[in-house]
Amino acid sequence: MNREIAVVAFAQTDHRRTSEEFSEVEMLMPVLHEVLGQTGLKTADIGFTCSGSSDYLAGRAFSFTLALDGVGAWPPISESHVEMDGAWALYEAWTKLLTGDADTALVYSYGKSSPGPLRDVLTRQIDPYYVAPLWPDAVALAALQAQALIDAGDTDEPALAAVAARSREDATANPHAQLRGSVPHGEYAVRPLRTGDCPPIGDGAAAVILAAGERARELCARPAWIRGIDHRIEAHGLGVRDLTDSPSARLAAEKAGAFERPVDTAELHAPFTSQEVVLRKALRLDDGVRVNPSGGALAANPVMAAGLIRIGEAAALVHRGESDRALAHATSGPCLQQNLVAVLEGDPR
Amino acid sequence: MSKEPVAVIGIGQTKHVAARRDVSIAGLVREAARRALDDAELTWADIDAVVIGKAPDFFEGVMMPELYLADALGAVGKPMLRVHTAGSVGGSTALVAANLVAARVHGTVLTLAFEKQSESNAMWGLSLPIPFQQPLLAGAGGFFAPHVRAYMRRSGAPDTVGSLVAYKDRRNALKNPYAHLHEHDITLEKVQASPMLWDPIRYSETCPSSDGACAMVLTDRAGAARAPRPPAWMLGGAMRSEPTLFAGKDAVSPQAGKDCAADVYRQAGIADPRRDIDAVEMYVPFSWYEPMWLENLGFAAEGEGWKLTESGVTELDGDLPVNMSGGVLSTNPIGASGMIRFAEAALQVRGQAGEHQVERARRVLGHAYGGGSQFFSMWLVGAEPPTS
Repeated sequence: MNREIAVVAFAQTDHRRTSEEFSEVEMLMPVLHEVLGQTGLKTADIGFTCSGSSDYLAGRAFSFTLALDGVGAWPPISESHVEMDGAWALYEAWTKLLTGDADTALVYSYGKSSPGPLRDVLTRQIDPYYVAPLWPDAVALAALQAQALIDAGDTDEPALAAVAARSREDATANPHAQLRGSVPHGEYAVRPLRTGDCPPIGDGAAAVILAAGERARELCARPAWIRGIDHRIEAHGLGVRDLTDSPSARLAAEKAGAFERPVDTAELHAPFTSQEVVLRKALRLDDGVRVNPSGGALAANPVMAAGLIRIGEAAALVHRGESDRALAHATSGPCLQQNLVAVLEGDPR
Repeated sequence: MSKEPVAVIGIGQTKHVAARRDVSIAGLVREAARRALDDAELTWADIDAVVIGKAPDFFEGVMMPELYLADALGAVGKPMLRVHTAGSVGGSTALVAANLVAARVHGTVLTLAFEKQSESNAMWGLSLPIPFQQPLLAGAGGFFAPHVRAYMRRSGAPDTVGSLVAYKDRRNALKNPYAHLHEHDITLEKVQASPMLWDPIRYSETCPSSDGACAMVLTDRAGAARAPRPPAWMLGGAMRSEPTLFAGKDAVSPQAGKDCAADVYRQAGIADPRRDIDAVEMYVPFSWYEPMWLENLGFAAEGEGWKLTESGVTELDGDLPVNMSGGVLSTNPIGASGMIRFAEAALQVRGQAGEHQVERARRVLGHAYGGGSQFFSMWLVGAEPPTS
């Protein structure tokens, strides 16, 4: 089914270490209003709504049900939810638009990491029988990956520090970033990763609007057409994976058509500096490609929204005429277990 | 270009029980998936993508367990999506998977939903206090009992209707080898004498807490042509949502449920559901929801649903059988319950439902709902492919 679908609007919160004065709905509502405002659409005009969030971050079952209050789901709406990063909610919405059942979709996601100890919370994401009882957290697992890269000669600590410095320098131009400018690289968090190699922990939300065909051109001067989008998962057990590579990201990129022509920009969801090294290799990004002009996840990493933000940031560059062909990437799970790649293009200028 | 028709060619369930202590979560889901593949006579390599659903992660204490389940479900190197839309999730998951086929993104998709409730206590998992929100009060029963009471008052239904539903569903379950509760000595008197839990809901009028999984293989027209057994064809499918609480909400017959059914009927060309649909697998976690949903889904006029139940229309040999499998009242692995409804509807039109098969079931509705009667997912499946 050859239906052209584009990202036509994107909005995000200012990401912060804590948003304890706001509920999730209060955090989300301004973003929803902003993204709808960009297109002039109202909730009732939207054909399909899909969101991504995690009960474990919120600390309660069915946490996403209350977010519907922010959407204003009355009269009733056609709606779905994934317990995944919002990038996968966008994927579900994309398939819905492909079927022709809807012409527009609202996609949003949010995550508040501040209510609990995020490193402990994320350990609950690991194999519950054999690994989770050891409470290995995301930083420790990323450090294993970083050490594997160093051992393989793919990077070294100064190179990782340079990734961190470049990302936070670029983030000075991003008003939503949580960590920007000159940031001390700090002590070892888990060797070989220093605090500067790790993402800031924070709260945030993001939303995009998708539209199909002519509807997209009506709603946006330069739509960011989704030329391809695909996602792949790898085995969960770290012992059976080569942590220096990301075959799932490479396969997703291939299926999304990323290798057919070079991209000018890539927004990578690499929460740890070492993961940018893995992704650059897997996605065949050479030095001519601008990587993470937003500052990426090292500048703001609201869990469950950070992947959708990569797609939104890439789309916004296309909207503004600052990119003609951009790659957006999202990840989930320990050490880049699951990866999504989208290729966005603007009409020729 | 129109949508690709979607066919169900493989169905698998585990034997639902209170606690599957013999298997891990991975073992449980793999058992159902393996049975669905066997039914379709396919292997893991024939599957293009996996779409998995379950209710809150707190029920097993694993955050986003699909990451850990990728290996067990043969998803390595493939796309894997995880859906969560509260109690309706089993249905929604099937619909998300169906869309992948309908949009021609993939040819053959494995979809699966599960819950291993013995890993925790679902009732208290649902009762966490939320600041500034009305408490759910002792699980779902505490939330839904006032809505049942409102229905009884609104419709004037006799007090006994709920017990008739429970008695019917528990007897139907005796004909379904996968059902959790097999109460061979069940009598109407026993149902009516069971302890009152949440007035007016009695112990025997509530769903059990189950460990179980359900899987389906969905495919396109070409896949259906290769299938070894008759496929079930999706004739319509829809989801609708509305907020949990708001002024003017009809908690007895929510608008989202009516809209969802209307969308499915429009897609399938159903003018009169009572006449055009042969049987229904609907999500009835508390007995009284059978007459309530009969009205919400358009099978009876408002206030009249209980008369269908009372007159035996919804019995297995009635004119409109409801929950031939024994329903949620006999089996409730929460995240899977919606998919079991969808799968049982498909089993009926495939003629594969065994002892609880309805004769000449050509078009059967699968229905699921969740949250505070706010999330709805439904599909209508038929023995013949869609004409349009």
